[in-house]
Amino acid sequence: MISHAIFFYIFSIIAIISAIMVTVSKNTVHSVFFLILDFISISCLFIMIGAEFLGMIMLIVYVGAVAVLFLFVVMMLNVAQQKNQWFVSKENSSHIPVGLIISAIIFFELIIVIGGWKYKPELFKANSSQVTTEVSNTHSLGQILYTDYIHIFQISGMILLIAMIGAIVLTFRKREGVKTQSYLKQISRERSEGVEVIEVPSNRGVKIDD
Amino acid sequence: MTDIGLGHYLTLGAVIFSIGVIGIFLNRKNIIVILMSIELILLAVNINLVSFSIYLNDLSGQVFTLFILTVAAAEAAIGLAIIVVYYRNAGTIRVEEIDKLKG
Repeated sequence: MISHAIFFYIFSIIAIISAIMVTVSKNTVHSVFFLILDFISISCLFIMIGAEFLGMIMLIVYVGAVAVLFLFVVMMLNVAQQKNQWFVSKENSSHIPVGLIISAIIFFELIIVIGGWKYKPELFKANSSQVTTEVSNTHSLGQILYTDYIHIFQISGMILLIAMIGAIVLTFRKREGVKTQSYLKQISRERSEGVEVIEVPSNRGVKIDD
Repeated sequence: MTDIGLGHYLTLGAVIFSIGVIGIFLNRKNIIVILMSIELILLAVNINLVSFSIYLNDLSGQVFTLFILTVAAAEAAIGLAIIVVYYRNAGTIRVEEIDKLKG
């Protein structure tokens, strides 16, 4: 139990510090790296309390895909070295105390909720999908993901497809002066436009492609 | 102190959520950091769902965390695509200079 506590405090302190560094770091590339550190420590917490599959998926999806996407965009847009403009707004900076106050209110509301509630005793018996210790976490997740939640699972696949199409459509642009192959034009060629019979006058020849 | 319960994980989630909200409010640099703050907020929600799922012995929370992960990935991809297009057109993604929509 004491080792659980020690590891919880280590990982959560790393997570909180790196979350703060994401927002205050001057360099955007550093923010992305701290975001990666945050995700890694949270996934360590997930693995520690028994949600191994989600911890691993989190490493793959966030660290492997999303953070690399962020890094790619930050480096492509050449904004990494932008000067930090913290608390030096050009115009009125009245949003800063308002933002701090709203964040503090949200935090204390959450703390009040966490601190002062109790479960109804029936709640523990009313669960629809109980965790069993016979099979692993991944196995039991798969058992309910592909049966009870199959429609939501397929809809999430649709969401990913739509996101992919949207990102491609948004960032696609036709470049000028680049010769590309047009399959439609090639396939739809006919004999009448491909072959031409030319009457060649004798002793004068003919000019093609001028 | 040494007995880690549900409240500890929920407090961690609340702290990270608040840091994400602060990051959205106080950002003066570029929109990419705002997107990262949104990722932090979604991460806090994931922490809450997983810890409830573990401590209540109910797997539904982990399934929903999986779906939140999917939506977060899709949202990051679309958001970054929009930012790339905006940067190509306007030449900046500083939050203060994005004022085409006066409001």
